[in-house]
Amino acid sequence: MTNTLADAARITEEAKQADAQGDSHKKALGEDFRTVGRIRVDKPRMRCTEVNVFYGQNHAIKGVSLDIGANEVIAMIGPSGCGKSTFLRSLNRMNDTIEGCRIEGEILLDDQDIYDKKLDVVPLRARVGMVFQKPNPFPKSIYENIAYGPRIHGIAATRTALDEIVETSLRKAGLWEEVKDRLDKPGTGLSGGQQQRLCIARAIAVAPEVILMDEPCSALDPIATAKVEELIDELRANYTIAIVTHSMQQAARVSQRTAYFHLGNLVEVGNTTQIFTNPRHKLTEDYITGRFG
Amino acid sequence: MQAVQASLKRRYAAERRFRFLGLSAVVLGLVFVAILFVTIISNGYTAFTQTHIALDIHFDPQQIAPNGDTSPAALSKGNYAALVKQALREEFPEVTGRNDKRQLYRLMSSGAAFDLLNRVKADPSIIGTTQRLWLVADDDVDMLVKGHFDRDLPESDRRVKNETIAWVDKLATEGRVKQQFNTAFFTHGDSREPELAGIGGAVAGSFYMLLVTVALSFPIGVAAAIYLEEFAPTNRWTDLIEVNINNLAAVPSIVFGLLGLAVFINFFGLPRSAPLVGGLVLTLMTLPTIIIASRAALKSVPPSIREAALGIGASKTQMVFHHVLPLAMPGMLTGTIIGMAQALGESAPLLMIGMVAFIVDIPGGPTDPATALPVQIFLWADSPERGFVERTSAAIMVLLAFLISMNALAVYLRKKFERRW
Repeated sequence: MTNTLADAARITEEAKQADAQGDSHKKALGEDFRTVGRIRVDKPRMRCTEVNVFYGQNHAIKGVSLDIGANEVIAMIGPSGCGKSTFLRSLNRMNDTIEGCRIEGEILLDDQDIYDKKLDVVPLRARVGMVFQKPNPFPKSIYENIAYGPRIHGIAATRTALDEIVETSLRKAGLWEEVKDRLDKPGTGLSGGQQQRLCIARAIAVAPEVILMDEPCSALDPIATAKVEELIDELRANYTIAIVTHSMQQAARVSQRTAYFHLGNLVEVGNTTQIFTNPRHKLTEDYITGRFG
Repeated sequence: MQAVQASLKRRYAAERRFRFLGLSAVVLGLVFVAILFVTIISNGYTAFTQTHIALDIHFDPQQIAPNGDTSPAALSKGNYAALVKQALREEFPEVTGRNDKRQLYRLMSSGAAFDLLNRVKADPSIIGTTQRLWLVADDDVDMLVKGHFDRDLPESDRRVKNETIAWVDKLATEGRVKQQFNTAFFTHGDSREPELAGIGGAVAGSFYMLLVTVALSFPIGVAAAIYLEEFAPTNRWTDLIEVNINNLAAVPSIVFGLLGLAVFINFFGLPRSAPLVGGLVLTLMTLPTIIIASRAALKSVPPSIREAALGIGASKTQMVFHHVLPLAMPGMLTGTIIGMAQALGESAPLLMIGMVAFIVDIPGGPTDPATALPVQIFLWADSPERGFVERTSAAIMVLLAFLISMNALAVYLRKKFERRW
């Protein structure tokens, strides 16, 4: 309870600081601001329309509309406190756990409103998996880390089926060869990069359609980062991935589309190459050329 | 620069002063603890042995079973005290007067007769034989042998008379007085005679009481902590409950005793002096401790673990029971053990619910009348006999041993299951 409260307080605080920093840019985004670029795609997996998120009095996300296309990697970039993490967390309703958080607008997953009152949040989170900033394996064995999700969702009927899911998940995450001999060892004993890939394997194990990644490489060294980026590229074949990152190089390397957030507004969205070579909005250009951020 | 040099000296002096003060506070504390332990142990260690005297007992059939009936019921009716007295008379034939004889009989404890009864019951064939047996001496003899009575005092100021000293010395020179390990101290219930009094009843009472306490306070405390920490909404009511739980931890324990008396005994009609009621009262008393410790343990589980569980679609209940609770369990157990140690050392509330009664029988269950270790210590400390002084200290040693081992277990658990993320 207190954790979530503290979270909310921290997020609010960060947003306030960002507000103070970005005062000079504020004027550019009025009430009637419209996102630059194509927000809609031909084959959307998730479709967000006029999404507003409030933390108590703080308006964290301001009328964001965005499509997340099937089998694409979309990167969300922007300065600290711009709301990109908040937006990501509202895609699988992780914000529900934060007290005082209120969401307006519509987010569709395969034409189904995820904020529908009748919708159960548990299966939703199985369909929209999440990988966090800090690797957070359960303090259990590697096997248990992967098997937990399938077990609670009743995906695997038998022990052999479960073993198979564990193996395929670890293979897809490129971790199988490294851990196959020590599946019963604790997941917390792995290196940081391995732990993060274990977390990705854990998310894959429940066969999600979308994987949300909240700065998955921020706690990793460059070599581990390269491995995870490679993995993201491979996963694109089967999953839709939304990734929040602070590293513009990373966004450029792994994503097909990039969305630039600023103070709760979605400023610009477009093909990654276009955003990085030819940004159309002044704020996007300032950010990617390193004038602030 | 000069100013800095000048002030530097002062700053170092201040630091030295502070260190010295801190160190002396620690040393002072340790000295007091050492004094406490030394006094208790030096007073109490002699209670673990008991003086026995060897007597030639003739198992006279006339006294034991005049009709030749050796069924246990008939044997119980025998006059075993007479056997002891007869043995003493034969030992000291020169004692004649009524008063002198009575004084002579007081060499032996009344427990000696019970000992003989038990021997005869165990093996009726010894009736008619004469055997040299080690029997329990009276507490005055015990104190005399252990050197707790000053022989140089004038006879009128002394608890033991000159004759008694002479008799004991005579027996001692014959090698018929010795110290044996005091098993009675651990197996017997309370008694008016120090040499027969034991902590068996009190330990059993404390055991049943803690059993009731742990069976109730652990599940209730943990459930309350989980609900308040994980599920309850934050509003005025939960704030009020939280404040009250914290206040409850500071309520004087005797108030809980009064509450127990009014609610459990007067209203619900539960038996007086029963460990069941004691356990219920101690449950109320330890609940705040357990709830506060359990909530702290739950809070210390990192949010990343919760997010990880929720992120793959665990429900809130699954998150709590599969991930948060196992990680918080060592902390909860530690809190519970500390709470139990607190409950074990508590005496005030037990006085209110009648567990202070003089109870000789060892309780066989939580509803039998009983007393508890700390209350037993209180009762003995109140008794005038010199023999109870060492027994009080010995009982304190036993209680401290229990408390220290419980706390050590808590520390061990905390060290063993301590996790780092």
